[in-house]
Amino acid sequence: MNAINQSGWKPEMNTAEGAAPATSTGNRALMLEEALIFEIGTTETTGVDLPETPKGASRLGSLARAKPIGLPGLSEPETVRHYTRLSRQNYAIDLGLFPLGSCTMKHNPRLNERMARLPGFADIHPLQPVDTVQGALGVINELAVWLIELTGMHGVAMSPKAGAHGELCGILCIKAALEARGEGHRKVVLVPESAHGTNPATAAFAGFTVENIPATAEGRVDTEALKARLGPDVAGVMITNPNTCGLFERDLKIISDAVHEAGGYVYCDGANFNAIVGRVRPGDLGVDAMHINLHKTFSTPHGGGGPGSGPVVLSEALAPFGPLPFTARHADGHIQLVEEETVGEDHPHSFGRMTAFHGQMGMFTRALTYILSHGADGLAQVAGDAVLNANYVLRRLEGVLDAPFAKSGHCMHEALFSDDGLPAGFSTLDIAKGLIDEGFHPMTVYFPLVVHGAMLVEPTETESKAALDQFIGALGSIAERAKAGDASLKAAPHYAPRRRLDETLAARKPVLVWKEAPLAAAAE
Amino acid sequence: MTRYFTNEHEWIDVDGDTATVGITDYAQGQLGDIVFVEVPEEGREVSKGGEAAVVESVKAASDVYAPVTGTVTEGNAALTDDPSLVNSDPENSGWFFKLTLADKGELDGLMDEAAYKDFVASL
Amino acid sequence: MRYLPLTDTDRSEMLNVIGASSIDALFADVPEEARLTGPIHGLPHHASELAVERHMSALARQNTVAGEVPFFLGCGAYRHHVPASVDHLIQRGEFLTAYTPYQPEIAQGTLQMLFEFQTQVARLLGTDVANASMYDGSTACWEAIVMARRVTRRAKAILSSGLHPHYVSVANTMAKFTGDDVHSSLPDLSAEGDIDALIAAIDDDTSCVVVQYPDILGRIADLSDLAAACQAKKALLIAVVTEPVALGAIKSPGEMGADIVVGEGQSIGVGLQFGGPYVGLFGCKEKYVRQMPGRLCGETVDAEGKRGFVLTLSTREQHIRREKATSNICTNSGLCALAFSIHMTLLGEKGLRGLAEANHLAASAAADRLARVPGVELVTPTFFNEFTLKLSKEARPIVRELADRRILAGVSLGRLYPGVEALEKGLVVAVTETATAEDVETLATALEEVLA
Repeated sequence: MNAINQSGWKPEMNTAEGAAPATSTGNRALMLEEALIFEIGTTETTGVDLPETPKGASRLGSLARAKPIGLPGLSEPETVRHYTRLSRQNYAIDLGLFPLGSCTMKHNPRLNERMARLPGFADIHPLQPVDTVQGALGVINELAVWLIELTGMHGVAMSPKAGAHGELCGILCIKAALEARGEGHRKVVLVPESAHGTNPATAAFAGFTVENIPATAEGRVDTEALKARLGPDVAGVMITNPNTCGLFERDLKIISDAVHEAGGYVYCDGANFNAIVGRVRPGDLGVDAMHINLHKTFSTPHGGGGPGSGPVVLSEALAPFGPLPFTARHADGHIQLVEEETVGEDHPHSFGRMTAFHGQMGMFTRALTYILSHGADGLAQVAGDAVLNANYVLRRLEGVLDAPFAKSGHCMHEALFSDDGLPAGFSTLDIAKGLIDEGFHPMTVYFPLVVHGAMLVEPTETESKAALDQFIGALGSIAERAKAGDASLKAAPHYAPRRRLDETLAARKPVLVWKEAPLAAAAE
Repeated sequence: MTRYFTNEHEWIDVDGDTATVGITDYAQGQLGDIVFVEVPEEGREVSKGGEAAVVESVKAASDVYAPVTGTVTEGNAALTDDPSLVNSDPENSGWFFKLTLADKGELDGLMDEAAYKDFVASL
Repeated sequence: MRYLPLTDTDRSEMLNVIGASSIDALFADVPEEARLTGPIHGLPHHASELAVERHMSALARQNTVAGEVPFFLGCGAYRHHVPASVDHLIQRGEFLTAYTPYQPEIAQGTLQMLFEFQTQVARLLGTDVANASMYDGSTACWEAIVMARRVTRRAKAILSSGLHPHYVSVANTMAKFTGDDVHSSLPDLSAEGDIDALIAAIDDDTSCVVVQYPDILGRIADLSDLAAACQAKKALLIAVVTEPVALGAIKSPGEMGADIVVGEGQSIGVGLQFGGPYVGLFGCKEKYVRQMPGRLCGETVDAEGKRGFVLTLSTREQHIRREKATSNICTNSGLCALAFSIHMTLLGEKGLRGLAEANHLAASAAADRLARVPGVELVTPTFFNEFTLKLSKEARPIVRELADRRILAGVSLGRLYPGVEALEKGLVVAVTETATAEDVETLATALEEVLA
C-alpha cells in the first residue's frame, strides 16, 4: 500500500485535460522568465546604503555631470532574485557533465575559491611597497616554480591575462629572439590545419605570415611536409600537443630538432596540457614556449567566459626575452619584483610589458591551491583518469558514431567523432541540440576543421563512471534517433529555456544595447 | 552589355569602360544567409585578384576579389541596410560595386554564361 | 584524491572495455624517452584541504591588508566597498562554472547578463555600444589603438602624458612588434594636463589621440576641444577611464565627443586582488562596431518568437577569421563583468551618483587637510577622488617609511616613473569612501613627522 497517497487520487496523464496549459506569466514552475534590469529597475532605486556624505568643497569645475546616465537600480532582494533567476538559465559543471572538447570543463574545487578570497590575497593593491606583499609575491613565485618543474622548462612569464594573451607572449618572445640574432627577416610561422583559431590570429597580429601544414590520414601533423617547408624564412612552428584531434604528436621531438636545426623556434599550444601533466614534460620534447591555460589544466573557474590566465613557460633560448614584470627570489628569502626600473641590470633583453600590474593573482592562488592539493601523485592521476575517461567514451561509442581516428591508437584526453554516417538531413548541430534535451552540455562541434561535422568529446577526470555511462547512453540514443529519421531531433532543444535562436537576425540587425523599443516589435 | 564570370563565382557586366560586379547565385547558395557586406568606397583602386569586398554569413567571412583591375566608382549602399539582397537577388539588385576598367584585355580570360554553367556543373 | 571519482574497480572495468592493460598503456604514443619515470621534482604528494589552507594562509598573512590600515593607493586600481551580495551571486555555480555561451539555449543567464552589462557600460561611458569586456584597462587601451588604425588606415598614435605609465608601456611594447608609431611623453607636476599640446600635435597621419580621464595625477580636463581637433583631422579620440566611479560625478568622455572609450572596470564590484583579474571596458560609436575587438552579445528571438540573446558579429573573431581577425582575443572577463554588472545594478543611478559624491567630497576634504602639512603642496586643483601632492622630500622613501608604520600612503611617482628626477617628489593619493576622516588624520600626522 501507498502510505503517502491514501485518497485514491491518481494524476491524469496523457489526456487532453492533462495537457500542459499556457501560464499567464510565461513561467513554467521552476523555469522562471526574467525581464531585463532596464525593464524592472528605476534610476531612483538603490540596493546600497551609502556612508554619510562628508563635508568638503566640490573641485569638479565645469565638468560636473549634468545629464542623467540612465542606470536602473534594484533593491538588494530584487537584485539577488534577478541574478539567481538568470543563473538558473545556465548550464554549468556544477549541474552535470560538460564535455566540451579542448575546453577542459573539470570540477572547480571550492577550496580554491576560499583561498583566493583570503584578505591577504584579495584585498591588497598591486602598487603597495613590495615589503608589504611578500606573501603575494611568494604565491606567484611558488606557482612559477611548479609550472617550470611540471613542464621541464627554464623560465616562465606569469603576467599574460589568458591563453591567447599567453600565445601572443610566446610569439613575441620568438620574434624578439630572432631580432636579437639579426634574423628578423624570418617571417613565416607554420601552423597545422587542426590548430585553434587563435594560433594564426596571434601569429598574424605579431606581423608573421601564416602557412598551413597538412595533417596525415591518421590525424597527426605531416612531419615530412613540415620538414620540407623549413628554411631561412621560417620563424617557427605552432603545434598543439596533444593535438585537437585528441592524439599525441609522436614526432614532436623530431619536429623540434628539425625546426631548431633550421634556425626556428617551437611554440606549443598548451591548451591540452591537462592530458599529460605529471607524466610528460614539454621541455623534454624540445618546446621553446608553451602557454598554460590555468582554467583548463589547473581548474580555475571558466566563469561564463573568463577571466583566464595564461602563464608561458620558456626554454633557455627564449627565457631572456620574456615580459615584465616577474619575480626573483633572493638567497635571504626576499622576493623581488623585477619591473622597468631594474630591468636594465637583470634582464636586458626583456621585450617589455604586456599588461598593467602583475598578472591574474586571483587565478594564481587558485591554481597553486589545486597543485598543492593534488601533489605529484595526484597530478599524474589527473592526466591518467582524463585519458582513461576519454578512451572509454571513444570505445563505447565508436560503433554508433563515426570515429575517424579510432584506428590511430588510443586517444588522449578527448575523443573525436564526425558526422559521417548520419542520414541526409541530420547534422552535428542536431546531435548537439539533442544532448541539451537529455540534460547534457553538448560537446565541441565543428572543431577541429580537419574533420567534417566534428564532435569533440572531453569528459575530464572529474567525471564518475556512472556519469560517463549515462552520457554514453544519451549520445548513443540520439545517434539512433537520427538514423531512424526522428524529425523531432531537428527541432531540438525542446526542454531548454529557449528554442534555437535566430543568429541571422542578430547579425543582420545588431541590437547590442537595450533600447526602449524591443527588437521583436521593431521587426514587425 | 556583356556578362562575364570568374571561377571565384563572381559575375561582371561590362558596358563600355564601366563594369558592375557581384557574386553568382551559386555563390550565395554556398554562403547561406548573408548578414553583412562590406563594399569598397568610391575612388578605391582595386587590382585583378586583389581583395575588394567582404561578405559575411553568421559563421563565415569570405573575401570577394576584384575580377579586373580598375577604380571603384560606386559601392552598393543598399547592401548596408539589407544584406539579404545578395541572397534574394544576387545577379541583379544584389550587385557589390561598379568600377572603371583599367585594361579591357583582362576580360579575355573570363568565362561566358555557358562556360560558367559547365564550370559549376563540374564542381 | 578528493577530486577524482573513479575507483580502482571502475578503472579496471573501463580498461577492459578499452582493451588496454593499464592506464600507462594508454600513453603508448608518447615516446619512451619523453615519459617521466618518477614524480615531479620537489613537489610533495597530495594534501588535505586543511594542510593546503594552512600553507596558503601563512602566505596570506605576510601581506599588509588594505582594509586593516589607513589606505590611499589608486593609480589604476581603487578600493571600494563591494556589497556582500555581489560575491555571493558570482559564486553561484551556474555562473562560476559555466563556459563561454556558445550554446545559447542553455546559457541565457550569462548572455542576458552580458547584454545588460554592455548597456550599463555604454551608458556610463557615453558611447553608443560596448562589448562584453576585455582582459583589463591596459590591454583594452592597446586594442583601441589597433582598432583606430583599422578605422583610419593610419598608424600614428599620440598618447597623452597623463596616461597611466603601465598603459603607455603596454602600447610601446606591442608597437615594437606591429610597427605602429606611438608617441608618448612624461607628465609634469603641474595643474594643467597637456590638452593644448595634444591638439597641436595632431596631423594628417594621426590615427588617434589617447587621453586618460581623470589622468594619472588625478586631473580632469574638458575633452571637447580635443575631440573637435581630432575630428577635423579625421583622427579618433580614445579616452581611457581607470576609475569608472568618477563618471557618476563628471561628464562622460562620450558626451564630450570621444570616438572610443575604454576603461578599467575593477573599481566597481571586483576588488583589488593584487592587480588581477580585472575587467576591461570597451565602448565606441555605433559606426565602428564591426571594427571592435572582443565578444559581443546581441538580442534576437528563438524559434517560438521569444526574446533571447546570442553572441553575435563573431565573424570579427579569431575562431572564424583566423589570421584576419580583429584581435586574437578569445576570452572576455566574464565573471568580473558579472561582478561589475551586479554592483552597478545594486547602485543604480542614485547609488552611483551618491557614491561618486561621497568619494569626491572625502577626497576634497583630505586634500585640504594634507595641504596644510608643512612641506606638502597640492599640485592638482581639480580632481575627482585622487590628487597629487608635491612633498619637500623624495616621495618613495617616505611611502616606504609610512608603510613600516602601517600606513599605505599612496603611490609615489618614483615607483611609476623610476629615475625621473622632476617627478620624484610626487605622491598620488586616492581617497575613496573606504577611507575615514581618522585615516586621513593619521596620514596627515605621520606625514608631518616624516617631513619635519
